Amino acid sequence: MNASSAPSPPGDVLLYLNGVTVSFDGFKALDDLSLVVEEGELRTIIGPNGAGKTTMMDVVTGRTRPDAGEVFFRGTEDLTRLDETAIANLGIGRKFQRPTVFENLSVVENLELALADSRGTWRTLFARVTPERRGRIAATLQRIGLAEHGGRPAGVLSHGQKQWLEIGMLLIHDRQLLLLDEPVAGMTDRETEETAALILDLARDRTIVVVEHDMAFVRSLAAKVTVLHEGSVLAEGSVEHVQNHPRVIEVYLGR
Amino acid sequence: METRSTAGEANAWSIRFWIGFALCGLVLVVLVPLLNRTVAPGSPFAVPDYLVPLLGKYLCYAMLALSLDLVWGYAGILSLGHGAFFALGGYAMGMYLMRQIGTRGVYQNPVLPDFMVFLQYKELPWFWWGFDHFAYAAAMVMLVPGVFALVFGWLAFRSRVTGVYLSIITQAMTYALWLAFFRNDMGFGGNNGLTDYKDILGFDVHQPTTRLGLYLASAVGLGIAYLLCRSITASKLGRVLLALRDAESRVRFLGYSVTNAKAFVFTASAVLAGIAGALYVPQVGIINPSEFSPGNSIEIAIWVSVGGRGTLSGAILGAVLINLAKTWLTGAAPEIWSFFLGGLFVFSTLLFPRGIVGFFEQLRWARLWPGSSNSPPLPIDESVVAKEKA
Repeated sequence: MNASSAPSPPGDVLLYLNGVTVSFDGFKALDDLSLVVEEGELRTIIGPNGAGKTTMMDVVTGRTRPDAGEVFFRGTEDLTRLDETAIANLGIGRKFQRPTVFENLSVVENLELALADSRGTWRTLFARVTPERRGRIAATLQRIGLAEHGGRPAGVLSHGQKQWLEIGMLLIHDRQLLLLDEPVAGMTDRETEETAALILDLARDRTIVVVEHDMAFVRSLAAKVTVLHEGSVLAEGSVEHVQNHPRVIEVYLGR
Repeated sequence: METRSTAGEANAWSIRFWIGFALCGLVLVVLVPLLNRTVAPGSPFAVPDYLVPLLGKYLCYAMLALSLDLVWGYAGILSLGHGAFFALGGYAMGMYLMRQIGTRGVYQNPVLPDFMVFLQYKELPWFWWGFDHFAYAAAMVMLVPGVFALVFGWLAFRSRVTGVYLSIITQAMTYALWLAFFRNDMGFGGNNGLTDYKDILGFDVHQPTTRLGLYLASAVGLGIAYLLCRSITASKLGRVLLALRDAESRVRFLGYSVTNAKAFVFTASAVLAGIAGALYVPQVGIINPSEFSPGNSIEIAIWVSVGGRGTLSGAILGAVLINLAKTWLTGAAPEIWSFFLGGLFVFSTLLFPRGIVGFFEQLRWARLWPGSSNSPPLPIDESVVAKEKA
């Protein structure tokens, strides 16, 4: 992993946020936020409630338009001009805080919709399940430990299984950048460990940004940490660095 | 375990399905005409001539319900303006039938329909041109509702109008058309609409054989419409629609265009509704602005809801059953019909929220996944329709 030592060698910038401001009725959810994520990096973002973590993801994925600032992907794609669909098709995947799988579709069908494939309305009308696609779905089912549950409606899965299915959907889509919003929320310790292992595994061939509350989980990822507070970056560096940062201690412990 | 796998396509077209489909087809396309043509009137098995257009009318309603179920049951778009697409298709057919009257009208004008002579039109308005050709009229039956729905739907879905708001603007749409078609200067016969048809494709519309032909066309049309809807819902696009019904923004983040998918299915549905309207008009012999009335569109939603939305077959069942009840009750005790309809809707929503077909599917679901309290969540708040009706 490329995180433990503080200044990593400058790679290609994948995600670039500069001076991003978002306000809702006068409340600044993001205040002049600047953040740079490099290609191949694993980054964790922590911060107290209301620090702007989810809003930051909303801005990157096109759900929220910033009032000011620039957001670029791969240096040239201006994300502030694109909608959710276009941004997803650029190769940015997102996992929500609350697991949102399609409850009325089977586990296999959920994965089928996430397959890296044409998204056109006509194409989907005439799409067929080829052996190649079936194989990729089967492989993903194995990897997320749901091989036994392929035919079950996603709605009957346990909470942890839904989280895994959602991660499986990101996996099978094969994106360049993954944004994971609290991926271990509501998981047992064992499931959390397994998820950490999976994320580290995934991070070998793509860029991942994880937003998390669980400090044990953040530590186990051993990645570069960005601390957000009141909509801007408070500190950035290794886990040890930010944990010993006086301002971070003050904000987190409320002193 | 592979009961509902990606092989959804294969399941949708199982042998069991085809046997059921063939049996229904046999009854509607072979048995009914046979009982009508060969069994002597008076026999308990006879299908008298007066019943044929009535059955045909039910089949048109069934097709209309099917079109609403496609958008409501699968894509979660509760259109309360589907009666408008039905009426637009009906008017296109009515215009063809008017042009066929020729000199047999009261005023014997070879070009202008009676109401135009009466309203002192000097020449045929441009939008009536071409309707003397059946092929042109048939194209308009599909194009007019289709293009209208595409423009309306694309604008609404692009602006992300959903749920109750969308239902309300579809009501407003049909209400606006209702008012517009009432006007004499619209050129569609105003309040009286289009009627006194003589023949269709050269056959006298009053002849029992022509009526049987129209009934058969409705039955075949319904069958084709059903297969089309089923192939859409069984495709990957069908799964995208179900997915966006339940979690729309999630579908966007997967990279699918929600706007395009919705606009497609809304347009396809409007075309089906238009065809249903076109088959309906020659069988009932009139089309007038009342078809646009907002209450009509709400009634369609009740058929679908009672039959079971998101099932296709439920829509057909609901439309036929409720209209049978309507025919009987509006004859036997017309004053209680609207109370009956309202009561039926309230009680079916309370007792069978998934409708008749949905109720049986739920039983099957419980058997398949024992121990799970989960069943498909209801996508839309039924009380919305109830409030609209009240």
